[in-house]
Amino acid sequence: MTDVKDLLILLISSSLVSNVVLSQFLGLCPFLGVSKKVKTASGMGLAVIFVITLASAVAGLIYKFLLVPLGIEYLQTIVFILVIAALVQFVEMFLKKNSPALYQALGVYLPLITTNCAVLGVALTNVQKEYGILKGIVNGFATAVGFTIAIIILAGIREKTAYNDVPESFKGMPMVLLTAGLMAIAFCGFSGLL
Amino acid sequence: MSNLKKKADSPLERLGNGLFKENPTFVLMLGMCPTLAVTTSAMNGLGMGLATTAVLMMSNLIISLLRRVIPNRVRIPAFIVIIATFVTVVQFLMEAYLPDINKALGIYIPLIVVNCIILGRAEAYAYSNPPIPSFFDGLGMGLGFSFALTCIGAVRELLGAGKVFDYNIMPASYVPINIFVLAPGAFFVLAALTALQNYIRIRLRKAGKKDKADKIQSGCNEDCMNCSDKGCSKRFYDNSKKTEAKDAMNGAKRRRAALARAEGEKVSSKEAEKEGSESFADKNAEEKEGEKE
Repeated sequence: MTDVKDLLILLISSSLVSNVVLSQFLGLCPFLGVSKKVKTASGMGLAVIFVITLASAVAGLIYKFLLVPLGIEYLQTIVFILVIAALVQFVEMFLKKNSPALYQALGVYLPLITTNCAVLGVALTNVQKEYGILKGIVNGFATAVGFTIAIIILAGIREKTAYNDVPESFKGMPMVLLTAGLMAIAFCGFSGLL
Repeated sequence: MSNLKKKADSPLERLGNGLFKENPTFVLMLGMCPTLAVTTSAMNGLGMGLATTAVLMMSNLIISLLRRVIPNRVRIPAFIVIIATFVTVVQFLMEAYLPDINKALGIYIPLIVVNCIILGRAEAYAYSNPPIPSFFDGLGMGLGFSFALTCIGAVRELLGAGKVFDYNIMPASYVPINIFVLAPGAFFVLAALTALQNYIRIRLRKAGKKDKADKIQSGCNEDCMNCSDKGCSKRFYDNSKKTEAKDAMNGAKRRRAALARAEGEKVSSKEAEKEGSESFADKNAEEKEGEKE
């Protein structure tokens, strides 16, 4: 039973306490770029959950069954980035062919994810912290959920504040960054959770 | 970035370009993830900047040497492999000789791979220029990045801990604003920086220096359709695929409508699609269909 407890703690800590965007600054580009509307933000969030979970599974498998037996762990960065890029392409093609409905929901966001550093970040964290495959997948999933929560909240706030009267210099990106900063303060509160 | 090829690219000109004219952080707003994450102190910022500089110089040099060998179609994967190789080299060097900084920077060292500055320079400069200017372009850009990171790190360290490079600067009575070395502080500092950038741009535009003002960019909106930055690394992932995905999303109905449309209308609708957002373009097409019926 301790395993399940461990996984639950990991789930909470990866998604809320050390939120991937607000405390680790990974995946900042889509976080700031695709958060104008709640609808697109949730689409991006779903795509990220999908890809990160899959990528952490695949990267974990490759690390354990290919890199470690061959003694070439030092190639992890190169291998992971290529695997992720190929995986995203492959997922895109697969979805287009077999599940047009899902492709319609995620399609536009999939190619953007290749450059999302959160994906590579999660794969590397899994290896660095020696999570193994199951824990790695849970960590990947939780991280992506954390990303989704953050981006949807930010999109909600941006929708509300879109027409506020702010000084001209602060219009656009600076306001978004300030909002993100305030959200980061709020998320600091979660650190008392564990 | 289009004016790069006009001038004779002397090493010195390249250095100045990277440091000031096209400073990757202050002017172009590229590579924001590491900028925010590692600038908790000036030392960390400097370490990250120099690591990136090393990777940038070497990858620019090698890509420039191989620019006639790498086929155009597979250039992005080829760039990524070259960059990832140098990142790995730098990572192990830092682990061996600078273990403290390596520990502080942690996962952000291998993540240099996905830093858009490096891929951007490879694509925008090194792939179409000779090795020596490319090398100095990498050096200039890298030093510009290091300079920016060190500045931001110094500000955060000064406000958040009252020190710069671990030297006490503030008087003993100063109470550090802790939040500046924590995650939210990074967002606030960057917000101030972008606001300053906007301010300068607005001033420049009012003074009639539009070309200078247009050079200043505030980060990536993931809006490659309307983006003027041809050197952006992401552009090459998105542009083709975005339209492809759009086509798929719009479905057969719209395609049939497009086929039925006259050639002149087709062009105009494409322009409308480029300018407007997706939903706007959709509406446009629907309206046109309605008009026809």
